[in-house]
Amino acid sequence: MSAVLDPHGHAPGDHAHDDHHDHAPAGWRRWVYATNHKDIGTLYLLFAFFMLMFGGVLALLIRAELFQPGLQIVNPELFNQLTTMHGLIMVFGAIMPAFVGFANWMIPLQIGAPDMAFARMNNFSFWLMVPAGIMLLGSFFMPGGAPAAGWTLYAPLTLQMGPSMDAGIFAMHILGASSIMGSINIIVTILNMRAPGMTLMKMPMFAWTWLITAYLLIAVMPVLAGAITMTLTDRHFGTVFFNPAGGGDPVMYQHIFWFFGHPEVYIMILPAFGIVSQVVPAFARKRLFGYASMVYATSSIAILSFIVWAHHMFTTGMPVTGQLFFMYATMLIAVPTAVKIFNWIATMWQGSMTFETPMLFAVGFIFVFTMGGFTGLILAMAPIDLLLQDTYYVVAHFHYVLVAGSLYAMFAGVYYWMPKWTGVMYVESRGKIHFWWTLIAFNVTFFPMHFLGLAGMPRRYADYPMQFADFNAIASVGAFAFGIAQVYFFFFVVLPCMRGKGEPAPQRPWNDPDGKGAEGLEWEVPSPAPFHTFETPPRLDATATRILDTRVQPERKEAVHVAPEAPKAA
Amino acid sequence: MSASAHGTTPHYFVPQPSRHPAFAAFGLFFLFFGLANWINGADWGVYSFAFGLLWLFGVLFQWFRDSIRESEGGQYGRKIELSFRWSMSWFIFSEVMFFGAFFTALWWMRAHSVPELGGIDNSLLWPDFKAIWPSRGVGATASPAGIIEPFQTMTPFWLPTINTALLLSSGVTLTIAHHALRENHRGRTIAFMWLTVLLGLVFLFVQGYEYFHAYSDLNLKLTSGAYGSTFFMLTGFHGFHVFIGMLMLLFITLRLMKGHFTADKHFGFEGAAWYWHFVDVVWLGLYILVYWL
Amino acid sequence: VQDLPGGPAVRQLNLHEAATRIAVEISWLHWFMLITCIVIFIAVFSVMFYSIWKHRKSVGHKPANFHESVTVEVIWTIIPFLIVIGMALPATKVLVASKDTSNADLTIKATGYQWKWGYDYLSGEGQGVSFLSTLDSTHREISNDGAKGADIPTDYLLKVDNPMVVPVNKKIRIITTANDVIHAWGIPAFGVKQDAIPGFVRDTWFRSEKTGDFYGQCYELCGKEHAYMPIHVKVLSAADYSKWVDGEKKKMAAKQDDPTKVWTMTDIVARGEKVYANNCAACHQANGKGAGPIKALDGSPIVLAADKSQEIAIVLNGKGAMPAWKQLSDTDLAAVISYTKNTWSNKTEQLVQPAEVLAQRGK
Ligand code: HEA
Ligand code: HEA
Ligand code: CUA
Ligand SMILES: [Cu+2]
Repeated sequence: MSAVLDPHGHAPGDHAHDDHHDHAPAGWRRWVYATNHKDIGTLYLLFAFFMLMFGGVLALLIRAELFQPGLQIVNPELFNQLTTMHGLIMVFGAIMPAFVGFANWMIPLQIGAPDMAFARMNNFSFWLMVPAGIMLLGSFFMPGGAPAAGWTLYAPLTLQMGPSMDAGIFAMHILGASSIMGSINIIVTILNMRAPGMTLMKMPMFAWTWLITAYLLIAVMPVLAGAITMTLTDRHFGTVFFNPAGGGDPVMYQHIFWFFGHPEVYIMILPAFGIVSQVVPAFARKRLFGYASMVYATSSIAILSFIVWAHHMFTTGMPVTGQLFFMYATMLIAVPTAVKIFNWIATMWQGSMTFETPMLFAVGFIFVFTMGGFTGLILAMAPIDLLLQDTYYVVAHFHYVLVAGSLYAMFAGVYYWMPKWTGVMYVESRGKIHFWWTLIAFNVTFFPMHFLGLAGMPRRYADYPMQFADFNAIASVGAFAFGIAQVYFFFFVVLPCMRGKGEPAPQRPWNDPDGKGAEGLEWEVPSPAPFHTFETPPRLDATATRILDTRVQPERKEAVHVAPEAPKAA
Repeated sequence: MSASAHGTTPHYFVPQPSRHPAFAAFGLFFLFFGLANWINGADWGVYSFAFGLLWLFGVLFQWFRDSIRESEGGQYGRKIELSFRWSMSWFIFSEVMFFGAFFTALWWMRAHSVPELGGIDNSLLWPDFKAIWPSRGVGATASPAGIIEPFQTMTPFWLPTINTALLLSSGVTLTIAHHALRENHRGRTIAFMWLTVLLGLVFLFVQGYEYFHAYSDLNLKLTSGAYGSTFFMLTGFHGFHVFIGMLMLLFITLRLMKGHFTADKHFGFEGAAWYWHFVDVVWLGLYILVYWL
Repeated sequence: VQDLPGGPAVRQLNLHEAATRIAVEISWLHWFMLITCIVIFIAVFSVMFYSIWKHRKSVGHKPANFHESVTVEVIWTIIPFLIVIGMALPATKVLVASKDTSNADLTIKATGYQWKWGYDYLSGEGQGVSFLSTLDSTHREISNDGAKGADIPTDYLLKVDNPMVVPVNKKIRIITTANDVIHAWGIPAFGVKQDAIPGFVRDTWFRSEKTGDFYGQCYELCGKEHAYMPIHVKVLSAADYSKWVDGEKKKMAAKQDDPTKVWTMTDIVARGEKVYANNCAACHQANGKGAGPIKALDGSPIVLAADKSQEIAIVLNGKGAMPAWKQLSDTDLAAVISYTKNTWSNKTEQLVQPAEVLAQRGK
């Protein structure tokens, strides 16, 4: 990547006016001591990918156990640990950090800022994840094994857990602190460091969605911290927050948790919307349709997300007025989401489309995510949810929005920006294989889960009645196929690019000779993006997608494999 | 961003690579991993915890030393200062949400779970429990299962009221110090800063005494049911914030004594002051919701 | 395997066949939602795929320039909004009906335990009947053995020792609560599911229009045996139900153990072995060695202690992950304690009588 494996910091002296970052450290120090947003972004992305693999292996163990009825591989206790840790690791270890990695790499580039607002704190946000990650993964080896109360950590089951529960709670505290610092960094960077002329309403959609996501994060991560702190004191210091014997209430935990938890799921999808909003216009060779309404829709989703949490609790028993309120509010979210889907399609409409891998994943996202959205809507109907709550239907729903949603968008983003990051073009045919393989395996894995859920198979079950056997077997086979596709992605797409093997990428890999295609400041810098970019604020044209003054972005020696404007035949 | 800002500060200060973040995270691992094991009865946990804590303090000391050096060295331009302002505001907002979780717990238990537990439906399970807040009566009525020893609640008089006065006056002294700084009366600033720190310290002592009083005279403990849990969680969490805020003010004062900050550029001071006012406002919420109502 | 009437069918694609009006309504709602969503889906994606097909660069399509229109934005905000309202209306009706638990003919309390259900008939015909309902222990063993072989029963993991029995066409109100952690009581064919929350009561209701057996499972993660606490409701005609109630009353009278009875060692240990297998073996294992965080009983100082009250106290009141077992009778508790004290390598020769348990209960 502008350097992942080869530390081409930059040669001293090619940049007389900024003495203070001439000594980009080499070797391990470059990464451990990093203050460069691109390096930190890379660290985040690699960390997240590692966690995706780890969480994925846990998922495969789950699927292997569920391949047929009866217990074959794990005991029920370990099964619950696998489920719990799979959820926690995927949510907090894979999806969230990956999006922060994207934010780190792309936001300063997209808004013409030299770096993140607080570079050292940025690195702190990353390094906090390491102890938290070790504590989470290490909990499998603590006495009593890993936490097994589900990723939602419902009281009072958490009160029965062993010491690893406390390690888990502290890990979540640390991750929360990391997220809050990361969000503050992003907000400040966006609000304060845009290049002159980059008004908020000219900002790329990805930056917009992250701005809104960051607000969600600082509003809800502390609430999660509060909930698990109360769990901690209930466990060890005799408080009774969730203990009815002393006047507390287990359902209170759920309210507080889901006040965090629902915005959390939008935290995991809004940046994905952002990526898709970048990719679709680039490959439709047409500007994003309805930019302003996209911004408003994203904000509405974020605001609505605060008043729908109890749709996860329809079966806890609440007054009918409560159920109705939460049902209506939840269904309302379909409206701004509809606006987004329609705007993407309108962007494609009358475009001049090509289907390189990023576009394939973006279109795949729109298609499959919508299926997940519809099942969400069906779950939002309280009477139907009474039957589907805590069944595999819910599991199907959220993997459709999380895997086919967040993860697909991330793949789209990786393919889209990888040339900029590494200076190497991935091999298009491999990207296509990865896409189709992923798409098919994904649906084989998760589509049958709808049937299982409708037929009543509860989630978090280590064993199930015989009648559910066939669909479970199909899902398990699909899961392994899906996993292999990701291994392929790593070894045949990511690794070659990181090693610098492959065709050098032009500065604007996605643009036609006539300039149509990808827009944005990130394409104004060479590929790979130099270690430092926009050290002096660039002067922008009226659309804020082009730099007028090329003096501030001199071409670099190390980036000359391709002439800057070299067109790429599509 | 305006063109003039562009002209005045062409460079946004981006720090050198730094070992502090990774080192701080290293310390945090020992701190929290030790703590998790310590509270589960592993004796070695406390050593790990202590090591982590000391290590963290060491790192933070160096980290702050570096940024203070940068600040005093004039590296931080206008834009950076604006960044600090934004970040401090949003950090305080996140703290508000953190407190929000505990206030919600108080509200939920008072307005919801305790009345429901004592309500008609639940008489099936807890026939003897009467929902009274604070549920402090003798025997079975203090808690549904009768597991709570009788206790007395903390009244607003006099300790909490004294503390309110202390915090409010500390807000005033802090403001006086700020005005003095802006008018470049550094001597007065420093004097009033010490006074503020002192008021914070006295607050903590009074609160410590209040807890002592609660445990020894009122039999009011962390384990005193819904009331005890929320009382100690809210006041304790707040007290911890007072402690942090007090430390911030202390270090600002020491920096003032070393000649740091100028009359028109002193965000370090202002950030600490914002935090202190925030702690103050939370206290007023506590004072009303926990002690009075 | 075959379909299980009242339970899941093989490769079942949709909701269970409804046995109550509410379930019929829910299933209607589900079809309504499914069809609406599929129609929208097809409409939206035909446009997208049409565009993908026609507006490709490879067929030489040139990009248009338009990129905003307030009119269409307003239109496609309002239309989904109206659709959503159209969806919410029927849902509201069903929801309100499903919440009305008043005027029940029969009220039954369902208590979730780790990991079984307890049923207490609180009012209506059968009042006073009370029993525990546990997964058939042979099914648990089949599960441990990997459920191999062709002879797996059709009701695998759904068969219980004592099903809950209710009359047909009567409004049954179920009050749920739990003893330890949250469980959830539900029967898909009835369209009900209600969490069972420790310390609080919640309620739901159903009126089955069909007789027969209906199955559900525990729907809220409740610890390691979560998958092994099924729910089985037997719906009988009014006459059969009365017969069942009579039988049950007689059985209860006969089973009513006299807590003052003095037992001999062999009898009580034999009884204790059964109690142990049904209640304790899930965690402490048949060999008493425990596993992971679960303490071993074999060789445990508390079990071996000369002071019998120590073990009685823990069994009665629970401790940490060990739940309280107050709900078992004095005789059962005395039996299981005696058993643990005299099996495996534990040879204390101590015998706990029901009276001793009774004496310690109040404390
Ligand atoms: C990325 C994450 C993500 C996203 C985006 C969503 C989106 C939505 N979710 Fe989902 N959800 C989860 C992640 C997510 N969810 C997770 C992780 C859980 C389980 C947690 C757990 O218990 O472990 C869950 C659970 C969950 C439940 C609780 C189920 C239960 O436990 O019983 C419900 C119920 O209302 C729900 C609803 C919705 C709705 C209505 C949306 C909406 O936002 C969807 C909106 C989208 C569309 C509707 C499709 C596109 C729109 C159109 C094409 C326009 C036309 C449409 C109409 C006019 C109808 N979700
Ligand atoms: C956030 C994102 C996320 C992602 C990406 C995934 C990805 C996957 N998940 Fe999911 N999952 C959750 C979030 C996520 N999950 C959550 C929140 C829960 C709820 C937890 C709870 O109930 O508490 C859950 C629960 C959950 C369950 C229900 C468990 C239960 O209720 O008992 C299942 C079951 O099939 C499942 C399966 C899978 C599979 C097969 C994948 C696959 O997509 C994974 C694919 C990835 C890999 C396989 C890794 C790559 C491969 C290797 C490293 C090499 C080895 C592989 C081979 C040799 C083939 N998940
Ligand atoms: Cu009981 Cu799950
Ligand atoms: Cu939700």
